[in-house]
Amino acid sequence: MATFFGETVTLSSRAVDEEDEEEGEDENEEDREIKRELEKKREVHLQWNADFSRQFETSSDKTLQISELIIAVGYNASGFLSAFALSSGNWETAGNISLWNEKSRFSRETSLEHPGEPSCIFYRKDENPEVLICQCTCYVAEDQLFQWADKVLGSIEKRSLKVTILSDCPVANYRSPEYISAIPVPFLKALKTRTYNENLCCSSLEQPNVVSGIPAAVLSYCQVHQIPAVLYQCYTDVVKLDSVTVETYKSTLSCSSLRKLIKPCTALSMEILKKLTEDNETQSNLYT
Amino acid sequence: MFVPVGNASPTFKDSILIMPAVSVGNVGQLAVDLLISSLNMPCVGYIHTDCLIPMVGNDPYATSEESSSELCTNAEVYFLPEKKLAVLQIRSPTVKSKTRQFRHLILSWIKSNRFSQSILLSSSHAYQCDDRQLSGSPLRYLQTLEMKNIIGDKLQKLDLNELETTPAFPGIRETEQQLWIPGGGITKRFFTECSSEHIPLAVLLIFCSEGDNIPEAFTLMNFLNQWLHLVETTGLCKLGKPVDWHIMAVEEETKAPALKDKASVSELQF
Repeated sequence: MATFFGETVTLSSRAVDEEDEEEGEDENEEDREIKRELEKKREVHLQWNADFSRQFETSSDKTLQISELIIAVGYNASGFLSAFALSSGNWETAGNISLWNEKSRFSRETSLEHPGEPSCIFYRKDENPEVLICQCTCYVAEDQLFQWADKVLGSIEKRSLKVTILSDCPVANYRSPEYISAIPVPFLKALKTRTYNENLCCSSLEQPNVVSGIPAAVLSYCQVHQIPAVLYQCYTDVVKLDSVTVETYKSTLSCSSLRKLIKPCTALSMEILKKLTEDNETQSNLYT
Repeated sequence: MFVPVGNASPTFKDSILIMPAVSVGNVGQLAVDLLISSLNMPCVGYIHTDCLIPMVGNDPYATSEESSSELCTNAEVYFLPEKKLAVLQIRSPTVKSKTRQFRHLILSWIKSNRFSQSILLSSSHAYQCDDRQLSGSPLRYLQTLEMKNIIGDKLQKLDLNELETTPAFPGIRETEQQLWIPGGGITKRFFTECSSEHIPLAVLLIFCSEGDNIPEAFTLMNFLNQWLHLVETTGLCKLGKPVDWHIMAVEEETKAPALKDKASVSELQF
């Protein structure tokens, strides 16, 4: 459109970007090689520990026997599991996902055995090896999301699997006919796949709200492959780890997968939660 | 790529396929929402691909408490076997490096399922219209040769204009003419590729600006209905709006016109 000074300004669109150069046009072998290298650099790598790797290799269909997979996406969801699940019992690291993208803190070249930065960690307990917890607090780029879900869920036996996802989301992304200021924040909303039959611990996420990121990739995979899965998304107005937001997740305790894992509020849990929130507080010396 | 709901895979042979391009104003997607909602079409499968950005939400066409908590993904296929009508709804943009791969995916899916005709609903930036396009109807069409062999000049008889070509180098005489669909997403290249692959494809597009694009969706759908007679009407439009559109109406009433942020199951904003 023309501005006052007669110049033409391109209007932005919510749907489409400016038409980029079509990939493949005028590409030579060097361009294709660079593209392949970049794709390889952005690959998502899933690494299991020795025990799991053995189980994986010896199974007939190269999958792990897991009945419950709990995924925490975001600092508050991860903090909830750290304080109320991982704080008791003998949890050990079972594996990790490492990946690199434009928002990674480390370059691939500085990593040791695993390419990229270990960004999502899996935990399991000796006394209950069929339960797996995953904490993910890093940014996973849009071209890596499908791969993330495909690699994680593709390596697990689907027959008896149930997936629970806890995820943080800014309340600014919540659409409602009411004013957001009139809604008590933080609050939980749920989404479930067709084959998930349990009662939800909170109300369902209303239209036209949508979910993106790892929760969307995992739920899509589960919906397509008929795996029972539920997402509890916590809408919060605090960006960092916050005890009020973490405690909002306690409403999910009525969910059978979490009820078995989460201990009632103990002194240790509260202590761990306090430490986590203190570690994340930005200390300001403006007035000292 | 196509994963059916349940175990039985539907047979799409000789059906008409309608699909949107993710384009300016999300008009194609809104029009497809309108079609699915009006005909109460059941979902028969998913397009499970790494070419689209993942996104999920609850059923945007829910008419009951029960169906309102059914999960919808970013690309789903709806089908009415009795009308031989299949609709692919795409709810999120393509991953930037995978646009070409996505087009090829859809193209080979169309070929392997032997749809009799494919129709792409799209839109283009109104501010880029040239002088010929500024007056008259904002609707345009394109059709491959194979489509023309099937439907003849039906679209022209319905008073629709073919999309004009533009000079490759404006202002220079005798320069090559090309198709130009700014804001059309995959429309132009998909049309070109379908022409090369001899696929019967028609593109229906509307010139529009971003904003409340529900009226454009209705315009596009009404024309499509005039052509294909999908929904019974008696002079008044009986196309049924999806239930989630009421939020858009409320947001448009309360927001200033300059604000473009709008919620719809048909768009994903980052």
